[in-house]
Amino acid sequence: MSQTILDLDDVSVSFDGFYALTDLSFSLRPGELRSIIGPNGAGKTTFLDVITGKVRPTKGDVTLRGKSIVGLSEQKISRLGVGRKFQTPRVWENLTVQRNLELTASPNKNPFALLTETLSDVVKDEVFKIMEYVGLAPYAKWQAGSLSHGQKQWLAISMLVAQSPDIILLDEPVAGLTDEETSKTADLIKSLAGEHTVVVIEHDMEFIRDLGAPVTVLHQGQKLTEGMLEEVKADPRVIEVYLGESDDD
Amino acid sequence: MKLFKRLIPWILLVFAFFILPVMADKDLFGFSQFRLNLFGRYFSLAFVALGIDLIWGYTGLLSLGQGIFFSLGGYAIAMHLLLVTKNDFTTGANGLPKFFENYGVDQLPFFWEPFWSFLVSIAAIFIVPSIVAGLVGYLIFRNRIKGVYFSIITQASLMVFYHFFNGQQKLVNGTNGLKTSTTEIFGLQAGSDDAQLLFYRITLILLPFAFLLCKYLTSGRFGDSLIGIRDDEPRLRFSGFNPTPFKVIVFIVAGALAGVSGALYTVQSGIVSPQFMSISMSIEMVIWVAVGGRGTLVGPILGAVVVNYLRSLVSEALPEAWLFVQGALFVFVVVLMPDGIYGWFTKGGFRAMLAAFGLAKKTATYPKLDLDESAQSESASA
Ligand SMILES: Nc1ncnc2c1ncn2[C@@H]1O[C@H](COP(=O)(O)OP(=O)(O)OP(=O)(O)O)[C@@H](O)[C@H]1O
Ligand SMILES: [Mg+2]
Repeated sequence: MSQTILDLDDVSVSFDGFYALTDLSFSLRPGELRSIIGPNGAGKTTFLDVITGKVRPTKGDVTLRGKSIVGLSEQKISRLGVGRKFQTPRVWENLTVQRNLELTASPNKNPFALLTETLSDVVKDEVFKIMEYVGLAPYAKWQAGSLSHGQKQWLAISMLVAQSPDIILLDEPVAGLTDEETSKTADLIKSLAGEHTVVVIEHDMEFIRDLGAPVTVLHQGQKLTEGMLEEVKADPRVIEVYLGESDDD
Repeated sequence: MKLFKRLIPWILLVFAFFILPVMADKDLFGFSQFRLNLFGRYFSLAFVALGIDLIWGYTGLLSLGQGIFFSLGGYAIAMHLLLVTKNDFTTGANGLPKFFENYGVDQLPFFWEPFWSFLVSIAAIFIVPSIVAGLVGYLIFRNRIKGVYFSIITQASLMVFYHFFNGQQKLVNGTNGLKTSTTEIFGLQAGSDDAQLLFYRITLILLPFAFLLCKYLTSGRFGDSLIGIRDDEPRLRFSGFNPTPFKVIVFIVAGALAGVSGALYTVQSGIVSPQFMSISMSIEMVIWVAVGGRGTLVGPILGAVVVNYLRSLVSEALPEAWLFVQGALFVFVVVLMPDGIYGWFTKGGFRAMLAAFGLAKKTATYPKLDLDESAQSESASA
């Protein structure tokens, strides 16, 4: 058990009898980078929902560092070190870029601390560095709602980096980004792995190849196979699942 | 110019504090003691509007029950005044407030006892509403009730309080309410011009403090969290924040402000009654905020004063017309000025209007620079 940081043990999720996940088992080692692919509706987002406390598993257990987190609130799980980027980039549109980042970077998240404590220079510097790195520094004082889609993606990812959870879960981080931005995101993610445990969900195969991480293929709520991208792509079952879908190669 | 804009509200406040009473005293420009007293009431309503701005404008929770807290503040000060005043208008034969005689009550109800004390009563004005708001808020927010359900529950609570106060003749004089105009305070009769001027001044002295309190709450990361709750609450949870205490705190502060509002309004209108807990009054409070501009703090103050002043003017001219005018005003603002009068003003609406009539040069800053793609790439390369 001490080898893994996160485990899903025979997890099923049913929405009124429809199984979005079926008997799924999955483990992550600390510092690991893992990619998850699968056709639309495979259950990828539901997989993150079940880890982050949005959805309660109908059956099975989710354990973080050996302790079950089933039934904990979203904020408790987050405070235990699990951070998430949503499929559509979710930022607070009426706050500035900088304030979006400073809020998630706040080490102390209770109301009285937020009222009385000023953010330390260390955290402020950190926020500034992140903005510089992703090229959002010139937009620091802009309302997040006025950013372009790509910039919102970057901001959403940056907010996770600022929050710095042990486990970073990214749902489609490069959707809508240019090729250049995509490869920059890949670099950022690779630099995060090691210190953080990172899970990346994507449809973009080029990007997945760039990451060079082990791939888990989900299909109809089940784990189809696991392996490096080239092995996985040679698997006849995977080819069959993706048949009819355009190969993004 | 920017500084001047920010100073305008303060200049108006200083004007209201120093000049209006002189105008009333000298009957300048048709301004009278009667008008001054009305303005005192409008300003006292600004407190409850500020609270609604916190809970609704910033946090996105539309409370239709602020009348509860408003009335509790009003009853607190009225009970004190009725107890400590000893004159023929107010005091009955048995030494208790006179209305008790009508119902044959000769033993003061126990919950009146603390209101003998001036300090306790002053504290009760905001502490009692805070406690009620804290309890109601905790139950509602812990169960993740929000949106329309929150509005409905607050309105239902309002109706419970309304019917309770209406029915309790022997405790609080039921429908008739408690009359403060014949009571005495600081050696003055509460209804006299001198006392009214004093209440007016107290109201205007307290108002900036209420404003600064709200400013303090909304300007830092606490305020950002409120906006975060309003714009995307689940996102805030996934970032490790528990929204419940934030909402409870804001609801308590809004309740406390409503209590102060109710107390100031009561002494200046001369009576507190269950009418303050009517459904329509709490909805009107929301209208003031919408008209003034929610999420702006200055807006709600402006809205409370302007709408109520308008109400007086319209009612004096055409007594039956106000409800229609109010409805029309609300629709007009919601449709054409989503940020209210103040938001419209600060976002250049006034200039744009002048420009439309050819009275000012069109400026390049409107419509919003932020939305302009070319401006974006320009500032990116800068
Ligand atoms: N709250 C819900 N209620 C009912 N059905 C749901 C719910 N959430 C997801 N589903 C269903 O569960 C299945 C898996 O959805 P999920 O969003 O996890 O897929 P996905 O792999 O993320 O797909 P995509 O690549 O399109 O994002 C889908 O068929 C979806 O319709
Ligand atoms: Mg998905």
